[in-house]
Amino acid sequence: MADMGNCIIELRGITKNFDDQQVLRGIDLNIYENQFLTLLGPSGCGKTTILRIIAGFDEPSKGELLFNGIDIAKVPPYKREINTVFQKYALFPFLNVYDNVAFGLHIKKVDKSVVRQKVKKMLSLVGLEGFEKRDVTLLSGGQQQRVAIARALVNEPKVLLLDEPLSALDAKLRKEMQGELKKIQQEVGITFIFVTHDQEEALSMSDTVVVMNDGKIQQIGTPVDIYNEPENRFVADFIGESNIIEGNMIRDCLVKFDGFEFECVDKGFKENEEIEVVLRPEDIEIVEPERALLVGKIVSSVFKGVHYELIVETAQRNYKIHTTDIHEVGKTVGMVMDKEDIHVMYRMDY
Amino acid sequence: MRHFKSLVRPYMIWSFLLIVIPLLLIVLYSVTTGGNSLLNIQFTFENFKKIADPIYRQVFMRSLKVGLITTLICLLLGYTLAYVISGFKERAQTTLILFVTIPMWINTLLRTYAWISLLSDNGIVNSFLDRLGVGRLSIMYTDFAVITGMVCDLLPFMVIPIHTALAKMDRSLIEASHDLGANRRQTFWKVTFKLSIPGVINGVTMVFLLSISTFVIPKLLGGGQYVLIGNLIENQFISVGDWNFGSAISLILAIAILIMIWATRKIDTSEGGER
Repeated sequence: MADMGNCIIELRGITKNFDDQQVLRGIDLNIYENQFLTLLGPSGCGKTTILRIIAGFDEPSKGELLFNGIDIAKVPPYKREINTVFQKYALFPFLNVYDNVAFGLHIKKVDKSVVRQKVKKMLSLVGLEGFEKRDVTLLSGGQQQRVAIARALVNEPKVLLLDEPLSALDAKLRKEMQGELKKIQQEVGITFIFVTHDQEEALSMSDTVVVMNDGKIQQIGTPVDIYNEPENRFVADFIGESNIIEGNMIRDCLVKFDGFEFECVDKGFKENEEIEVVLRPEDIEIVEPERALLVGKIVSSVFKGVHYELIVETAQRNYKIHTTDIHEVGKTVGMVMDKEDIHVMYRMDY
Repeated sequence: MRHFKSLVRPYMIWSFLLIVIPLLLIVLYSVTTGGNSLLNIQFTFENFKKIADPIYRQVFMRSLKVGLITTLICLLLGYTLAYVISGFKERAQTTLILFVTIPMWINTLLRTYAWISLLSDNGIVNSFLDRLGVGRLSIMYTDFAVITGMVCDLLPFMVIPIHTALAKMDRSLIEASHDLGANRRQTFWKVTFKLSIPGVINGVTMVFLLSISTFVIPKLLGGGQYVLIGNLIENQFISVGDWNFGSAISLILAIAILIMIWATRKIDTSEGGER
C-alpha cells in the first residue's frame, strides 16, 4: 500500500449485541487518513453495524472506538467530525437542494455568505450547478445521491461514511457513480468508509477491502490481494468465482491435491498441513490430455458473453473453467495452471 | 373498473338526499322568514343582521375563545402524548393508541356526567381538597370546567393524526439531522416537527371544528348561563323554534370553519415549499 497516513479511526475489540443476537464478534480495524476503505460482505454480516457505530447511531456493547486516539464510543453523532451518506439518501423532503446541502452549516451558524459560497462549490463538485432551488423529492435517484454526498461533504468531515449508497441506482448509473465517487474522494482528500455487498464495486473503488462474514473480519487487504490471495474459503467463494479444493501442503512451495503434487509459491505452512487450494476459473488452461496431470471430460459449455464457462469432470470433482476458446462437449482434456495461480489457504473449520 | 365505479351511485344519491338537500335548505331557511310553512316564505337578511346583535356577538367571541384555548391545550398535550407514544416499539404503540381511543367508546353524555360527579361542589375533587384542608372550590359552571371537559373529550382527535404523522416518519431523517450536527432540540424543531405538520393541521382542524360547535359539554359543565354557538343553534331549533335564525347561525359557523380550514391549509403548503 502506498502512503498510509496516520491512523484516524481505530476499532478495538468491538462487539455488538442486539437483544440476544451477536452481530459483531470482536472487530479490530485500523482506518487511515485519505484511505478509501470498503466493508464488503453478505447482508447480515455486520458491515452496516460497524458503520453505524462509527457514525454514532449505535453504541458498541464492548470495545473501544478511537478517533485520533480518543475514545468516542459514547460521543453523540452530532459531536463527531464524521458525516454519512445514507442508503436511501435521507434528504429532507421539506427543504430544497440548497437548504438540504446547507443544513449542517446552518446548524453551526456559519455566516450566510460563506454558506452560499461553500454550497455552490460543493454542488459544482458533484455536478449539480444550478439545482439550488429544485425540490429534492422530484430529483432522479442519481441526483438525490449527489445531493446527499454534497450535504455530507460540505461540513468538511474528516471521515465520510457511505452506506450502500449506490444500491438504489441502475447498473449503468452505478458504474458512473463509482468512478465519480473515487474522483471526489481523491479531490477532497479525506477518508471514505464504504459499505457494500457488491464485490465488483468494492474491488474497483477501494484502496483497502475488509471482507466480513458473520460478525467477523475474514480478510483485510488491497483489492488485488483479496482476489489473488484469499485467506480462506469464504473470501475465495465470495469474491469472484473459484474452484476450492481440499489438499495438503507437502512442504514450502509444494502442494498436493486430487492425488497429484503441484509446485506453488506459498510458504509458511506446517508440513503436511491440511489446506484448501483456490483455482480461479480463468487461471486454468485447457491443453492436450497427455501434457497435464489433471485430466477430465468436458460435460458442459455455456456461452457467457466474453467467455465460455466449461465444466470439466475428473475422477475427483468438477472444475469450472473460463476460456475464450471454443471446446467441444464430451472431449477429454488436460488442465494446467501456473504455479502463481495456485492459491493456498488455511482450512476453515465449520 | 367501470363496474366498480357504478357501485358508488347509491352512495351519491344517498348523500345528495341527506347532505346536499338539507344544506341547501339551511341556506334557504337562513334567508327567509316564516319558519316551516313554505307557502308564505319571504326573502330577508334580518336573520344575519340579528347575529350582529351584541348578545350574539358575545356568544360567538366566547365560542371562539373556548375553541382556541381547547385546541391549544389539546395541541400541547396531544403532541407530547403522540411524541412519547411514537418512541415505543411498534406493538406497544398500537396498545397505547388503543388506550387513547378507549374513552371514545363511551358515550359523551356519560363521560360528561362523570365530570360532573368529579367537579361538582360536593364532588370527588372537592371532598379530596376538603380532606387536605385546602377548602372547597367552585369548579362547576366555569370556563375551567367546560374546557377541561372538552379537552378530555377531544384529545384523541389530536393524538391520532399527530401520532400517524410521527409513526410513518422516516427515522433515517432524524439520524441524518444528528449526523449533520443538530442536537436533539435542534433536530426536533428543524426535522421532526416539520415532518409532523400535516398531522398537526389535521388535529387542530378537527379539534377546533368540534370544540366550536359542541353543545353537550357547555350545557352540562357550564350550566344554563354558559351559552356557546352550539347551544345557541340548539336553542333556536329546539326551544325557541326560530329555524330561520338557527339556520343563519349555522351558515355563518360553517363559513367561518371553511375559512379557518382554508387558512390552515395555506399555512401547510407555504411551510412545505419554503423558499
